Amino acid sequence: MTSAPDAKRMDSRLLQDLTKLFGSDGVLHRPEDLILYEYDGSVDVARPTCVVFPRTKEQVLGVVEIAKRYKIPIVGRGAGTGLSGGALARHGGILIVFSKMNQILEVDVENQRAVVQPGVVNADLSAAVAHTGLHFAPDPSSQKACTIGGNVSENSGGPHTLAYGVTTNHVLAIECVLPTGELIRIGSPALDPVGYDLSGLFVGSEGTLALLTEITVKLTRLPESVKTLLAIFDTLDDTTETVADMTARGITPAACEMLDGYTLRAVEDYVHAGFPLDSAAVLLIDVDGVREAVESQAEQVAEICRAHHAREVRVARDSNERDLLWKGRKNAFGAVGRLCTTYYVQDGVIPRTKLPATLRRITEIGEKYGFPIGNIFHAGDGNLHPLILFDARDESQLKRVIAASDEIIQFCIEMGGSITGEHGVGMEKDRLMPLLFSEADLDLMRNVRAAFNPDEFLNPDKIFPNKKGCGEIHVRPMPVAGALRT
Amino acid sequence: MSTASKAISSRLPDIVGATHVVVDPAELSAFVVDGKLPAAAVRPGSKEEVAEIIKYAVSEKLAVITCGARTKIGMGLSPLRYDLALDMTRLDRTIAYDPADLTLSVEAGVPLGKLVEMLVGHNQFLPLFAPFFHRATVGGTIASGVDSPLRQFYGTARDYVLGMEFVSGEGVRSKSGGTVVKNVTGYDLHKLMIGSLGTLGIITRVNFKTFPFPARSHGFLATFKSADGAIDMRDRIATSPLTPLTLEILSPRVAELFLSPAAAIAQVSAPPAGVLSRQHWTLASAVVGNEKVIARYEMELRRLAAESGAVNISILGDDTRPSVWGRLRESVPIMLESSFATTILKITVLPARLKDTLTTVVNAADKNQLSWAAVIRGLGVIYFAFLPDERSDAAHRAVVTATNQIFEAGAALGANATIPWCPMEWKNTLQVWGPERNDLAQMQKVKKVFDPHGVFSPGRFMGGL
Repeated sequence: MTSAPDAKRMDSRLLQDLTKLFGSDGVLHRPEDLILYEYDGSVDVARPTCVVFPRTKEQVLGVVEIAKRYKIPIVGRGAGTGLSGGALARHGGILIVFSKMNQILEVDVENQRAVVQPGVVNADLSAAVAHTGLHFAPDPSSQKACTIGGNVSENSGGPHTLAYGVTTNHVLAIECVLPTGELIRIGSPALDPVGYDLSGLFVGSEGTLALLTEITVKLTRLPESVKTLLAIFDTLDDTTETVADMTARGITPAACEMLDGYTLRAVEDYVHAGFPLDSAAVLLIDVDGVREAVESQAEQVAEICRAHHAREVRVARDSNERDLLWKGRKNAFGAVGRLCTTYYVQDGVIPRTKLPATLRRITEIGEKYGFPIGNIFHAGDGNLHPLILFDARDESQLKRVIAASDEIIQFCIEMGGSITGEHGVGMEKDRLMPLLFSEADLDLMRNVRAAFNPDEFLNPDKIFPNKKGCGEIHVRPMPVAGALRT
Repeated sequence: MSTASKAISSRLPDIVGATHVVVDPAELSAFVVDGKLPAAAVRPGSKEEVAEIIKYAVSEKLAVITCGARTKIGMGLSPLRYDLALDMTRLDRTIAYDPADLTLSVEAGVPLGKLVEMLVGHNQFLPLFAPFFHRATVGGTIASGVDSPLRQFYGTARDYVLGMEFVSGEGVRSKSGGTVVKNVTGYDLHKLMIGSLGTLGIITRVNFKTFPFPARSHGFLATFKSADGAIDMRDRIATSPLTPLTLEILSPRVAELFLSPAAAIAQVSAPPAGVLSRQHWTLASAVVGNEKVIARYEMELRRLAAESGAVNISILGDDTRPSVWGRLRESVPIMLESSFATTILKITVLPARLKDTLTTVVNAADKNQLSWAAVIRGLGVIYFAFLPDERSDAAHRAVVTATNQIFEAGAALGANATIPWCPMEWKNTLQVWGPERNDLAQMQKVKKVFDPHGVFSPGRFMGGL
């Protein structure tokens, strides 16, 4: 790792060189200006040495050259909504924020493709092509703020990835700058580029292999018809068993989200979407496709919910009602933030068959440690988001939260699951990687990183546990206000 | 006895047991790759044994070619060196199958056919509906990167493989991904394995998403006087709300081959009379759903076919559909059976360029007096086969000229083009892997990490990888 001893101090010659490239108001370096960039949507904090906002790929190449000269690390960042510290300058350095590279360069309706700069906001692309009947399918809950560059780096998911797939299923080609200073293009707009699937490797590499400058994505036709169902349950077990049963019967809705009573009361208080305040949990389910298929699938889904004692199954009457229910879901993390000073969110994944057992275990763990835990998550994929609510001002609570969280992750792994379904490893979960991967597995991945990012000059010390200081817990809570979560 | 064979006969039996080492030349002939005979073939029974064999191969500087059922062993360039065949067919266990979670984990040597038997009992299937289906293994199908008609709806292996275990070129066992349907833990190294022709690692285990078997499925076929009509219909479907499972266009010659004895490979019954036309282009699409959904699809497809100038329309039910779909799956093997010198190009283009691209390749074929057949996948993949009457010098020259013309034109069309299948003695004069790509240097970086000693299939993959 190249983080030079003085990486965190702003060198006056470095500032001069960066100013030449970005103008005097184009480089943030005063402590008060850097505060915003110490954070992303996760619990970690790390202050960059300075922040720049390139508008062109030439400027990206330029900043890489300068950084190399001064041996100062570089880290790419989109909107900073990430949930694992992927876009934080862990060891200081130049934070390259792509928010000004936000042009949609090309929309090719005929071929259902678009070429975008990395700073294009996820929802902006879908909005820009809506009149053509197309959309960009990955829909993280932060989609009104998060950028496509960030989505590609993190391989982001979202509620509708259940049927449509995650970001990697929608990326065709990438133009990027390697930390070695090369501008390269990988993949191709046409299918099946010849040779190794480099796009497949780069998507989800969490900003540790390259800085993205241009992305070619697939656009997906909007369904002819959508129905949104809200199934209301009196017990958690009935809710989770409904999801397991639906999966087992091979019914794949477009989205299948679960909100437990704790979170939905917070949401209702905030959004007024009509969520029942006295229920144990609800499922928010979208079915879509051609009209005839949607009708029968909605019936099937409702039938399964009733078979598992759903108290009521509501169908949204129109798009307003549907939008309101989804607004409740997508703002849920923010709503929960109103209930406590701090929360810690996880992203574990389990086989769908293990949902009932896992939710029971999470409840037990909450009781054992004395924390309320809210659950709002992508039930259809088995991708959990338990939110542990606590008071970060109390040092002993923080320690117990981490212990509780580790116990949940341990259980997910015992169930055959994974530590992160969509938020990424970043600097938050690197210490957990050995729970899933052997040292040989991790070494191979480290070697792949070294092939493109020698000396970890780009985004150092992410994903893979640092061999030197393992076991160190660096998790810190963050204030919840204004957080955008998936 | 060569150094390689001496070394092999001393150490390999210790690793896998003498019965699983083949050195007898007669038996070894089954492992020939492009005329090259290895010094030995070895059949490991576990991933640990695979790793030991590779460590040993590295220490002895042996060149290893991994194989399954060897149905696609002719793909790629001829190996520069070939000492050891690594036959994966003993690794044929199912590691885990959780039907209620729709996930499956198998060893690489499992035959695709065996999977079908297991999954069908739970009313599920894997969209790896790939050619050479009755013999091919999971590992070979993934490593060769062959696609299937079902990609229209389900995508390719990269979309439903959840994780893998593999052995690197240093004999280290490694893995990436996992067994759950959503996972972003670590790099997706398994994506690199797909289509790498065994040049990065030896796949030992693959974890899949499985899919529920559709309740009811119909085949829809429409015939057209020209390719343009069929492509017009493709375009109309692409802009409609319909999402068929498959969408393929066949040239008249493909219909003829489907009705010829060569189609026996598909191991399905004969299609109903009149469904395939030797004089026309055919658009074939599979649709699924309940009765109402299928009725809607049929109504819409009939309308779109009429608007596109279809000459004839047929509907195949559950009983007759496999006769055509089995043939579609096996279109590559059927084309390979149909000439002594079948040369197949795979060309991918943006869908809007299908017409221009097809015109270009057909012109190249006609100008060089080569007979041809074409299968077009609706997403923009063309399998274009030259079917010379004989394996002669004249045919060779014609194929070289035609393919070079196509590669040249293909660059302007933004096409990815390769020659996955051709007679082995023509390989050195054909651009098997297509024109050189700008990202080769990046791929070399990957190769160096996974196979630093160049143990795996030297010379077979693109750009010497």
